[in-house]
Amino acid sequence: MFMADVALRKVVKRYDDVEAVRGIDLDIADHEFIVLVGPSGCGKSTTLRMIAGLEDISDGDIMIGGDIVNDVPPKDRDIAMVFQNYALYPHMTVAENMSFGLRLKHYPKAEIKARVTEAARLLDITDLIDRKPKQLSGGQRQRVAMGRAIVRNPKVFLFDEPLSNLDAKLRVQMRIEIKKVHQKVRTTTVYVTHDQVEAMTLADRVVVMNKGRIEQIGTPNELYHKPATRFVAGFIGSPAMNFIPCRLEDAGSTLQIRLTDRIAFALPPARAARYNALPRTDKLLLGVRPEHLTEAHAHLDPGIESFDTVLDVTEPMGMETLVYFGLDGTPVCGRVNPNAGAKDGAPMRLAMDLNNMHLLNEETGVVL
Amino acid sequence: MSTLVIDKAGPTRKLGSMSRDRIWALRWSYFFLVLFAIFFLTPPVYMLITSLKSSAEISAATNPWWVFHPTLSNYVELLTSNQFLRFFWNSSIISIVVVIVTMLISIPAAFALARMKFWGSATLATGVFLTYLIPDSLLFIPLFKMLAVIQDFTGITLLNRWYVLVFIYPTLTVPFCTWIMIGYFASIPKELDEAAIIDGASWLQTLLRIFIPVALPGLIAATIFAFTVSWAQFLYPLVFTTSIDQLVLPVGITTTLIKGDVFNWGQIMTGALLGAAPPLVIYAFLMDYYIAGLTAGATKG
Repeated sequence: MFMADVALRKVVKRYDDVEAVRGIDLDIADHEFIVLVGPSGCGKSTTLRMIAGLEDISDGDIMIGGDIVNDVPPKDRDIAMVFQNYALYPHMTVAENMSFGLRLKHYPKAEIKARVTEAARLLDITDLIDRKPKQLSGGQRQRVAMGRAIVRNPKVFLFDEPLSNLDAKLRVQMRIEIKKVHQKVRTTTVYVTHDQVEAMTLADRVVVMNKGRIEQIGTPNELYHKPATRFVAGFIGSPAMNFIPCRLEDAGSTLQIRLTDRIAFALPPARAARYNALPRTDKLLLGVRPEHLTEAHAHLDPGIESFDTVLDVTEPMGMETLVYFGLDGTPVCGRVNPNAGAKDGAPMRLAMDLNNMHLLNEETGVVL
Repeated sequence: MSTLVIDKAGPTRKLGSMSRDRIWALRWSYFFLVLFAIFFLTPPVYMLITSLKSSAEISAATNPWWVFHPTLSNYVELLTSNQFLRFFWNSSIISIVVVIVTMLISIPAAFALARMKFWGSATLATGVFLTYLIPDSLLFIPLFKMLAVIQDFTGITLLNRWYVLVFIYPTLTVPFCTWIMIGYFASIPKELDEAAIIDGASWLQTLLRIFIPVALPGLIAATIFAFTVSWAQFLYPLVFTTSIDQLVLPVGITTTLIKGDVFNWGQIMTGALLGAAPPLVIYAFLMDYYIAGLTAGATKG
């Protein structure tokens, strides 16, 4: 079995004067499922297309299986790609679509048939094998596009926003389908999406990109619990993390953060030790996820501090209720129990879990 | 009772649900369609009537819109005359070869201009279209001079030979066919050729196995255009060919059936009708493709 690791070394893509990708380093291990995620224009699709060979690279090296492939044409890179709009050949049947690449390489007929049958079975499209793409639904077309990639048995799968054209329900279903397929075929996969939920659910490791640079690489849990920058902290998680301007102050033997004139919380000992060396400045942001802003109970665990506020808006979601309020003009979102009695415009006592807080430098956006 | 219920649900009732605006729009469109049909069908009908008359009846002062003594003599005479069959043969062979030559040039040209982004490709694409805008009445003298020079230089007889038209007609058909196919190829999603490239197809394989089948309606539209243009071309054959056995149908009919001021109307009309038949047959068979081809570029089908 060949090794199918992918490596990017200081890869740059320039269009005329614009740098779309500004020096990316990335190592993708054999069998790994990597998701590139970021807002539109962050360079994630360009990066994928450079790995595919559909875009030339302006600078740096791309390696597949240890070989530099900078000048290798796409067909010799041993990759397969699934496109957002499926890109099925409209005049060919499902079977012909899937076998096109193999037929071009003059594989024996029996082997082509065996591979197509196997892929169709894996993707549950055996009944559709003689249909034209026109006669298929969006989800079925997506399966065929994946089938076309699978039959080639390539070193690397490349997915370019494959679920964006599907409706919400089908997207969830196909997401699970893609995960199942990867568990079975174990092919190294690079997957591009702008949807952080897709990134979190599919990836072994997520690469968060912004403005042509990698912001952070990590497992979904690492990104969620230990974001490196404000961008990652705000991009991963829904509803997004709250960023509240705050000031770090000495309070006797410990530290406290002041959010408003009347609200200041003493930091738990572990946090106090971590932030002790920082200057006592107000150029800081408190990052706290909505689920760490809940209704206050009578007994509060250590590190959880309560405060009173007046809710602006509440959004009952069924399993939880989202509450929105302001702290000195900064909008803040919390998640409370649906039975906690949150009402629009009503006062409420909330609790903030400071054991899960983040402190960010307001200017650089770095998580401290 | 039951028949009454069925009648109520019948499809003829649908008209009742149409809005007043739509009914009027339909009436007006039918009115104009009938008007135009009359306008455009009158000449061929008149030709048909005349072609069925003898010369004596044509010159007689009877109702020109009615045949009193129908005869097929015009058809028999033309179809048994070697001259007419020669014109027909010349026209057919030239048109078919021109269509083939045009397609062999236009398809790869359009593919290159639409898909391979090379330096100057956009300018070149516009240039191709601009050449189509130059009328043939401006071009025939320079073309004649060019061919005369080539003939003198190489010693190959080009002037007054039917095959010279095979080189001349593509100056009309290639730019236009290239232009419509650039539009058609451009409407094919970029991902389709990228998928083919990743699947391992070369440019030529992408063109032959993906683009041509997908763009078939556009190709057929271009083919019909090329055929019609070469079949109906009058000025170039009039200029470049003079001997009777080298003439094509439109020129042949007018030069051989008009002798001085004597117009053999019956045979002229018959020849024109017979000459109009091949394009008509092709249109009838490929009409659906033709319309799909003309509109497809606009709607990104």
